[in-house]
Amino acid sequence: MAATNLVKPDYDPALLIEEQGYEDHFHDHHHGDKYQSSFITHYIFSQDHKIIAKQFLITGIFWAIIGAAMSIIFRLQLGFPEESLAWLKPLLGKWITVNEAGIGTLDPQFYYALVTMHGTILVFFVLTAGLSGTFSNLLIPLQVGARDMASPLLNMLSYWFFFLAGVVMFASLFLSTGPFSGGWTAYPPLSILPQASTGSGAGMTLWTVSLVLFVVSVLLGGINYITTVLNLRTKGMTMWRLPLTIWAFFVTAIIGLLSFPVLASAFFLVIFDRELGTSFFLSDIYVGGEALDRVGGSPILYQHLFWFLGHPEVYIIILPAMGLVSEVLSVHARKPIFGYKAMVYSILAIAFLSFIVWAHHMFMAGVNPFITNIFVVFTLIIAVPSAVKVFNWITTLYGGNIRFNSASLFAIGFVSMFISGGLTGIFLGNSAIDIQMHDTYFVVAHFHIVMGIAAFFGMFAGIYNWFPKMYSRFMNETLGKIHFWGTFIGAYLIFWPMHYLGMAGVPRRYYSFEGFDAFSHFDDMNKFITVSAIIVFGLQILFVVNFFYSIWKGKKVTSKNPWGATTLEWTTPITPGHGNWPGKIPVVHRWAYDYGKDGNEYIPQVLPVSEDESEAH
Amino acid sequence: MTGLIILLCVALIAIVVVQIGKVTELAAKIRGEEETQLESNNFHGRFSMLFLVLFLVGCIVSAVYYKNDMLGYGPHEAASAHGPDLDYLFNLTLFFTGIVFVITHIALFWFAYKYRGQKNRKALFLSHDNKLEVIWTAIPAVVMTFLVVGGLDVWNEVMADVGPNEEHIEIEATGYQFAWSMRYPGPDGALGTKYFKNITAVNSLGIDFNDEKSLDDVVSSAPGEVIKIPLGKTVRVRITSRDVLHNFDLPHFRVKMDAIPGLPTYFVFTPTITTEEYRERLGSLKADGTPKYPEWHEPADPTDPESKKRYQEFQFELACAELCGKGHYSMRRVLEVVSPEEYEEWSASQSSFYMSSIRNTDEDPHKGKLLDIEIQERRRDFNTKVEKALKATDPSEKIIRLDYVTFETGRASLTDLSRYELNNLFDFLNKNKNVAVELAGHTDNTGDPVANLDLSNRRSQTVYEFLLNKGVEAERMSSVGYGDTVPVADNATAEGRQENRRTEFKIISQ
Repeated sequence: MAATNLVKPDYDPALLIEEQGYEDHFHDHHHGDKYQSSFITHYIFSQDHKIIAKQFLITGIFWAIIGAAMSIIFRLQLGFPEESLAWLKPLLGKWITVNEAGIGTLDPQFYYALVTMHGTILVFFVLTAGLSGTFSNLLIPLQVGARDMASPLLNMLSYWFFFLAGVVMFASLFLSTGPFSGGWTAYPPLSILPQASTGSGAGMTLWTVSLVLFVVSVLLGGINYITTVLNLRTKGMTMWRLPLTIWAFFVTAIIGLLSFPVLASAFFLVIFDRELGTSFFLSDIYVGGEALDRVGGSPILYQHLFWFLGHPEVYIIILPAMGLVSEVLSVHARKPIFGYKAMVYSILAIAFLSFIVWAHHMFMAGVNPFITNIFVVFTLIIAVPSAVKVFNWITTLYGGNIRFNSASLFAIGFVSMFISGGLTGIFLGNSAIDIQMHDTYFVVAHFHIVMGIAAFFGMFAGIYNWFPKMYSRFMNETLGKIHFWGTFIGAYLIFWPMHYLGMAGVPRRYYSFEGFDAFSHFDDMNKFITVSAIIVFGLQILFVVNFFYSIWKGKKVTSKNPWGATTLEWTTPITPGHGNWPGKIPVVHRWAYDYGKDGNEYIPQVLPVSEDESEAH
Repeated sequence: MTGLIILLCVALIAIVVVQIGKVTELAAKIRGEEETQLESNNFHGRFSMLFLVLFLVGCIVSAVYYKNDMLGYGPHEAASAHGPDLDYLFNLTLFFTGIVFVITHIALFWFAYKYRGQKNRKALFLSHDNKLEVIWTAIPAVVMTFLVVGGLDVWNEVMADVGPNEEHIEIEATGYQFAWSMRYPGPDGALGTKYFKNITAVNSLGIDFNDEKSLDDVVSSAPGEVIKIPLGKTVRVRITSRDVLHNFDLPHFRVKMDAIPGLPTYFVFTPTITTEEYRERLGSLKADGTPKYPEWHEPADPTDPESKKRYQEFQFELACAELCGKGHYSMRRVLEVVSPEEYEEWSASQSSFYMSSIRNTDEDPHKGKLLDIEIQERRRDFNTKVEKALKATDPSEKIIRLDYVTFETGRASLTDLSRYELNNLFDFLNKNKNVAVELAGHTDNTGDPVANLDLSNRRSQTVYEFLLNKGVEAERMSSVGYGDTVPVADNATAEGRQENRRTEFKIISQ
C-alpha cells in the first residue's frame, strides 16, 4: 500500500544483489543436490533451515492442539464438575469412572496428569521449540544473509532430538499408571517417589528421558543460532544493523545455552534419586507405611536448579515473540522501530537479569527470608527494561500509517497482553504481596497472559507475516482477523476473572473447590471461564484449518516483497531454493528500519547509502 | 446423540466460516487489494477503539462485581495483624499499575485507530528520542524503587522469627498425604522433638517420647477437629511435612509457607479477630437495616432455605497450596480463633497424646517406669487421702488403700514400682510421729482360703518390714492378713476380684 507522496523503490533488489553482491561460489559446489535429491532427504531428514523451520512449526502445532485439548478437559472438570464426562470414556478409558447412574467423573490422578502435561507441552514443546525453533531457523540465515545455518547437520539433529523427545512424551500418555502428574516443575519428593503418586512411576521416567532429549535439542539448536549470527552475517551486516528479530533469537539462544544444562543436571540428579537410590533431594521421609533410609538431601536444592533454568525459560519464550512483534509492528506501521538501540539494550538487560531472579518463584518455599530481599530487588528491576520496550512499541505506532492485517493485529494484541500480564508481575515479584498471591489463580492469570497468550500472539504475528516466505502463499486474511479478535477477547475473558479468584485466595491445581467454603462460591465464574476456553480453542482449530488450507490453496504470492519490508529475506525469490539466493549473497548497507525515510516508502538493506541521504544507521 | 448434534453444528459453523473467508478473498480480488486494505484499516482501527472502551469498562464492571473478593475491601479483610499491611501494599501496587495500564492501553489503541493506514498519510520517520526514552526509563525506576522499599520493609517485618524473649504460643503443623496434623505444646509451653524414624501407626508424627517436653504435647490429627488459636496472641507455627511438599495456607490470615520433609519452616502471625466477630462482620447490616454483604445472608445450604445463613456458618480454613498428589485439593481443616480465656479453658481440657495413646503400650520408652510427673501426682493423691483420713472421725474412713502397692502373683515379694507409694507412706509416718497404723493384706476368693490367709499375712508383713527397715518404730505399726474375709467388691467378676486384692493401712491413733 503506497501513500501517494511516498516513493516506492523503482529498482529490483535482486538485480542490485547481482550487481554488487558478494560472490561466495556457493552454487559452484552443487552441495545443494547432495542432500535435497530425494523425498526423504528433502522433506524428512532435511538439512535446509527453511524445511527444518517448517518441521518445528508443524510439530509445534501438533503439540499445541494436544496441550490445549488437555486444558479443555480439565477446564470441563473445573467449570462443570457435576456434568457427566462419560462421553470422554472412549478416549480416556479408565481415567473416567462411570457410576451406576451413568455419570462419568474424571479421576483426580488423571486431572493432575493433564495439568502437568499441559504445562510441560506448552512451555517446552510449543513455546520453546515451536516458537524459537521455527523462527530462529527460518529467519536467522535469511535475515543475516547466510546460505544456511553454520552446521546444517546439527540443525537437523536438533529437530530430530526434539521429535524423539516428543515420541517419548507421547508414549507416556498411554501408560497404565498414567503420565507424570506432579506438575510441570516436577518438585521432589513427589516426582521421585512412586509410592507418593502413581504418576511418579514409569510416567516420570519417560518425562525425564523426554526432557533430557529436549535439552539436547535446544543446545544443538542454540549453539547453531549463536554461531550463525556471529560468523555468517553477510558483508556489511554489523551487529547494530541486525533486525530486532535476530537480536532476540541470538540472545535467546545464549540464555538457553547457559541455563538448559543446569536443568539437565537437575534432571540427572532426579534420575539418580529415582533409579540409583541416591538422596540429593530426599530427607526425613515417611511414605507408603515406611520411613525411607534416604536422608541428607534437600528438596529446595532441586527448586534452585530448576528455576535457574525455569526463570530464564520464560524469557526464552517471550524474547523471540518480542523480536517478531518489533519487526511486524515496524513493517506494518511503515515506521522504524522506535528506539532501536534501547530495544537491543533492554533485551540484553532482561537476559542478564533473568539469571539472577530465579528464587522469586520460591519466596514461600522455605528459603531464608533474608535472601529474598536480593531477589525482590532484581525481579522488580526487570520492570524497567520491560517498560521501555512497551513504550517503544507504542511509540512505534505513533505517527504511523498502520496496515491492519492478521500479523499486525496480533502484534498489537501482544503489546496489550504483555502490559496486562507484565503489570501483575509487579505484584508477584514483591515478596510481601506474594505471601497471599503465591500459588493462587492470580499467578495462573499472570503467567498465562504474559508468557502464554503473549508468546502465542508473537508466534501468530510471525506466522501470518512470514507465511508467504514459507509457503509462497498468503493465509486467509478474513479467517485470520476472526482468529485474532476472537482469541484476543476470548483470552482476556478466560484469564481476567482469574485475578479475582487469586485475590480471594483460591489455590491453583485444585481438582475441586467444593471442600472449602472460601473457594467454592465461584461456580458461575468457573463455568464462564470454561466456556470461553472452549470457544478460544475452537478459534485455534480455525487457525489450524486456515494454516493447512492455505499451504495448498491459499492466495499465491505474486511479488517478492508483499509487505514492502527492508530485510533481506524479501530479496530472495518467492520460493527460495537451497542456499536462499540464486546467485550472489546480498551485501548490506544500512539498518533494517528505513521506513518513510527521505520521502521513500522504504529502503531495503541492500541499497547503498546515497550522498544526499540524511543521517544513516 | 446431543454430542453428535453439537459436532455437526461445529462442523457446519466451520464450513460456513471457511466459505466466508474464501468469498471475502474473492471479493477483495474484484474490488482491488488496495481498496480492501484501506477498508480493513478503517474497520479494525475503529474496532480497536471499540475494544478499548469495552475492555476498560469491563475491567471496572468486573472489579465492582467482585469487589467483595478483592483484598482489603468489604468482607475480605485480613484476620491477622500483618494482613492489612500486605493488603495495603497490594492496593498501592494496584493503584500505580492501574494508572500505567489505563494510560498505555489508551495510547496503544488510540494510536492504532488514529494512525490507521490512509491513502494520503505519510508515516513519520521517528527513530528515537533520547529525552523521551530517558524519561520513561526513569519513571518506572522511581516507582519501582518506591514499591520495592515498601515491600521489603513489610516483608522483613512479617517474616521475622519470634525474638528469644518474646511471648508466644508455638504450635506445629505437619502435612502428609492428604491431611494436616496439629500439635500443641501442652502445659509446659514447649513442643518436644520428633524424628521420622519413630513414626508408627499410633505415633503418626514420630514424636520422641524420650524428650520430656513431648510428654504433655497435645496432638489433633482428625481432619474434623477444629484447630484453636487465641485472639491477640503471637502464634508461631512450626511447619513440617512427613512425605512430600505441602504448603500451610491460611488465606484469611495472609499466611502461607511450604512444608518440607527434613527442613522445618515457620510462620509467625497474630490473629486479630475471633471467628465469632468475623461472622458478625460478614452478617452486619447497613444503617437502613439491609445486609451489607447480601451474598453472606444466603442460606448456607442452597437446597434448604431454612438452613443457617452463610455468615453464621463461616469458618477460617486451612488449605494446602503446594501440589502434593491426587488428594491435594482435600487437605482442609477448620481453624477457630477464640478469646484467650476460652483458649486457656480449651487447652486445659485437652489430654496429652502420650498419656492417652502411648503410655505403657509397647511404644512407650518409659514403660515399667514411673515418670516424675506420675510420682508427684501419686504423692499428691496420697497426701490428699491421708489428710482426709486424719480429719475423719468415722473409723471406716481411717482406712487408706495403697493403690500402687502390688505383689508378684501368688508371692509376697513387692513389685518394683511399689516403693514409690511405700515411700509416700514412710514420709507420712516420719512426719507424723504420733500416728500408729495397722497394715492389712487382703486377697480375693480364688484358691484355698487358708493359703490366701497365709499369703495376705506374708504380704502385709513385707510392707511392715519395708517400713521397719526405713526406720519406722516397730511399736507404731502392726501387720495383719485378712485373706479373703473382707471383700469390698463382688468376687464373681474379674474387676471385683481385682478390687479385693489390696493392701491397706488404718490409722489407729494420731
